[in-house]
Amino acid sequence: MELKNILSAKRTAVLKKWFDVILESYPPNTAEFLRTQKDPFANPVGHTIFEGMEGIFDELLEGVDSHKASVFLDNIIRVRAIQDFTPSQAVLFVFLLKKVIEEEVGEELRKEGLSEELTLLNSRIDKLALLAFDIYMKCREKLYELRAKELENRTFRLLKKANLVYEIQEQEAESRN
Amino acid sequence: MAKGTPKPDELSRIDYTPPQKEWMDTPVKLKPGMYCWGAKAKNLQAVGFPNARDWTPADEDWKLPENWEWTVLEGIYDRLKKYRSFQLFLDICVRCGACADKCHFYIGSGDPKNMPVLRAELLRSVYRRHFTFGGKLLGRIAGARKLTLDVLKEWWYYFFQCTECRRCSVFCPYGIDQAEITMMGRELLNLLGLNIDWIQGPVANCYKKGNHLGLEPHTIMSNIEFMLDDIESITGIRIEPSFNRKGAEILFVTPSGDLFADPGTYTCMGYLMLFHELGLDYTWSTYASEGGNFGFFTTNEMAKRLNAKIYAEAKRLGVKWILGGECGHMWRVVHQYMDTWNGPADFLEEPVSPITGTKFENAKTTKMVHIAEFTADLIRHGKLNLDPSRNDHLKVTFHDSCNTSRGMGIFEEPRYIIKNVCNNFYEMPENTIREKTFCCGSGSGLNAGENMELRMRGGLPRANAVKYVHEKYGVNMLANICAIDRAALSTLMDYWVPGVGVTGVHELVANALVMKGEKKRTTNLRGEPLPGVEEEEEEGKEEKEEQGG
Amino acid sequence: MRALFSFIVVIALVAIVFVGVKGANLEFLFGVIIPYAALATFIIGFIYRVVKWGRSPVPFHIPTTCGQQKTLPWIKDSKIENPSTTAGVIARMALEVLVFRSLFRNLKTDLREGPRLAYGSDKWLWLAGLAFHWSFLIIAFRHLRFFMQDVPVVVQWVEGLDSFLQIGAPLLYITDVIIITAVTYLFLRRVYIPQVRYISLAADYFPLFLILGIAISGVLMRYFIKVHVVGVKELAMGLVSFNPTIPEGIGVIFYIHLFLICVLFAYFPFSKLMHMGGVFLSPTRNLANNSRMVRHVNPWNYPVKVHTYEEYEEEFREKMKMAGLPVEKE
Repeated sequence: MELKNILSAKRTAVLKKWFDVILESYPPNTAEFLRTQKDPFANPVGHTIFEGMEGIFDELLEGVDSHKASVFLDNIIRVRAIQDFTPSQAVLFVFLLKKVIEEEVGEELRKEGLSEELTLLNSRIDKLALLAFDIYMKCREKLYELRAKELENRTFRLLKKANLVYEIQEQEAESRN
Repeated sequence: MAKGTPKPDELSRIDYTPPQKEWMDTPVKLKPGMYCWGAKAKNLQAVGFPNARDWTPADEDWKLPENWEWTVLEGIYDRLKKYRSFQLFLDICVRCGACADKCHFYIGSGDPKNMPVLRAELLRSVYRRHFTFGGKLLGRIAGARKLTLDVLKEWWYYFFQCTECRRCSVFCPYGIDQAEITMMGRELLNLLGLNIDWIQGPVANCYKKGNHLGLEPHTIMSNIEFMLDDIESITGIRIEPSFNRKGAEILFVTPSGDLFADPGTYTCMGYLMLFHELGLDYTWSTYASEGGNFGFFTTNEMAKRLNAKIYAEAKRLGVKWILGGECGHMWRVVHQYMDTWNGPADFLEEPVSPITGTKFENAKTTKMVHIAEFTADLIRHGKLNLDPSRNDHLKVTFHDSCNTSRGMGIFEEPRYIIKNVCNNFYEMPENTIREKTFCCGSGSGLNAGENMELRMRGGLPRANAVKYVHEKYGVNMLANICAIDRAALSTLMDYWVPGVGVTGVHELVANALVMKGEKKRTTNLRGEPLPGVEEEEEEGKEEKEEQGG
Repeated sequence: MRALFSFIVVIALVAIVFVGVKGANLEFLFGVIIPYAALATFIIGFIYRVVKWGRSPVPFHIPTTCGQQKTLPWIKDSKIENPSTTAGVIARMALEVLVFRSLFRNLKTDLREGPRLAYGSDKWLWLAGLAFHWSFLIIAFRHLRFFMQDVPVVVQWVEGLDSFLQIGAPLLYITDVIIITAVTYLFLRRVYIPQVRYISLAADYFPLFLILGIAISGVLMRYFIKVHVVGVKELAMGLVSFNPTIPEGIGVIFYIHLFLICVLFAYFPFSKLMHMGGVFLSPTRNLANNSRMVRHVNPWNYPVKVHTYEEYEEEFREKMKMAGLPVEKE
């Protein structure tokens, strides 16, 4: 309860700092653009990241519901999965939240004798990180699937025409069921 | 947390924040997923392009000809003399930055060299060094640099990260158009055989066989046959279009993507059904079987060579005028280039709709009419029997294609059609449509598979706007009038906004079109049940299963 | 670095006049020879550049269309944003040149979340650009009083309007304040907005410093370090009547002002400042979108090698016949 109150009170500060450290993973020019352009349609990357962060943060306070958290994580990771990041870099932002929280409210929590709750919170973040890995992999797999699918869209009718469709039709029937 | 671990800022910095350097000091790094494979020797040879050889962009050695620098500089000189746009756009940019954040690639990637102004500076800097007094004298301080292999690679990398969408040009106070710079840049690269195969392959195909996919005449026919079978099973009507028929009134030309790739094929079925219903006296051509023009993404000359077939075929067949299908860059070419290249088309007549008698005054010299203009006119005159409720399961939004928006200005016609064939239409936010529309991220020949990350980045701004209407209004169908869009947006939606399909406008038309003598339709062109016929659909399914078994 | 370089160059220019006039008494050089030379450079250079542009043809008809095209009679076309007539093009150019239509575009956005001032920076760019260019024009116009024996009424009106606030003696010109503010803003945004800093060259900072130098020296002369105004007019009249004289005791600040203006004039044709002439020639703006109505001719259009129908049929004749396609030669 206490922990939640303290974190809620610091919501803006934590989010801001977290956003800043995430933006630092981008080149400075880019980071500035992502930070300052407020129009969500002119700046989908910055906007998506921030919205996702808000969702994750609130989720964290309530206890992590995997399904809901996935949606928010997905928003951010879907973007990072197609940018120049290695897998570890792409999901690093989740771990960074630990450090941001430690810096912002660590002292206060220990003073209030809430170390245990902090540990609990950290383990929730770990859970988020694991989810993040899953989502990252899914996004990457999706990219390869899309490549394959485009090829199929382009050639399906050709195969069908060349009477090579027997197998494909069967597969289709299966997937429909 | 344990002491001694680096602080967050440090951690993120150590790993991957590139050092802040001036752009000229940041050499290009070719990142997988961001570029396409190099053009193959046989495809370059097929159209007589120079330096035909197999090469790999990732290799250090690009197998350039001797004296390549001279070739490029001479190429620049030539083009400065031939194109006022090129000369002017190199000279008058004030680097105000208004274009910087208007490019979908910059918005999606954040790579500063994707800012239109900087992408142009890549070439401008070389121009200054070799062609202006100040640049020769002051060198770097004047923003000039020598043409080197690194610079050339940078050009290649970034000129194939521009979809020639012209969005920057809308916001530029002098109308500087990055598409022009990219086109010149690509022409220069082509002097050295530096194209991508995704463009060069279709160009070679189109030159020899008449279309990008390399479909031979009988294949085109049987492909359409195949669609006719589907149409018959859906509507009970057997359509019999003609091919290469002399004496037809109208020649119909559409991008070959519509003949082959889903969901473009449904749009093509739409054309077939519409023309049949009208009893239009028209013909397809297997020789001029490509409306699109990937030559446009190589050199002006190549584009002209491919485009020549349309008028030549219209002349041979003796048609009165030409009708063009839904396509983006095809219409940029038809609208702004075709007549200049291969006209005057004095063997044709001023287009008049045989159904409504409307004179298409706006096409009186080029003599080619956009199908959206044609169909909008039909609907306006009440010539079509439409049942928009057949599209009631769809909530539709419309994506303006770059080329038809900023190189033509066809905004109202497709909207008018959609509103007449669908009951649920929602616009995306104002700064993402019409002349400010965002590119699909795959235009100008960049819709390959190997550069999927690039495409997903470039398409993010568009997808983001679709996502907005998807969440707000439940939009589930993205309509457009471009063959590349139909293929590329499908993929884009799949990644960013699952649950939104992609369709051509004439697929929607055909679904709503009540044809004379048709049987009661239970499915749309995709074989999906129409709204309100669920029960019948159950039976249909059983039948199908029986057939399949 | 690039900004610093430009700054130093401008300071050096000021130092040169100061030393030249104060130390070496080169009034004639700075008051007569250089102004004539600069003006000649400007005129010849400007014409040379425009002619050079003009000599490159416009092979293709490539307007950027920013509105509905003219098609069917019942569809309302956008007569200015996508002009189909010469009148429309003139209107479009006028909007572009007089009120910077394209830069203004960024403003229109209805849908936003978060802070209200989306696109703020872009609006400021438009505003500062407009303020700068217009005040520059008005100031230049006001200077006509130095070049004419009797000051025309129009110039007097403009002066009156420009000083309507009635502050101070001599009366404060509003444009003086605006131009310094606007140029300062344009400089600051170059330095502070990272993307813009990244793309800025010395050639972008130099004109800003130069114009700032001109404005500041002018302001100093008018409000603070008084110069011998009658002498200035005498010099100016001498220049326009090709009967140059150098009146005594004008003050070095005047020569600084004049020299910086000369540098601006001489630099103009070799720089991006030529956008002043270039904007009128821009083929994406100055053409009507009527390319399907009126044929555009490319002067260097040349025949190209095509794959003819005959060649095509030659290759596929058998297949075409099998598929039932008509052929030219059996």
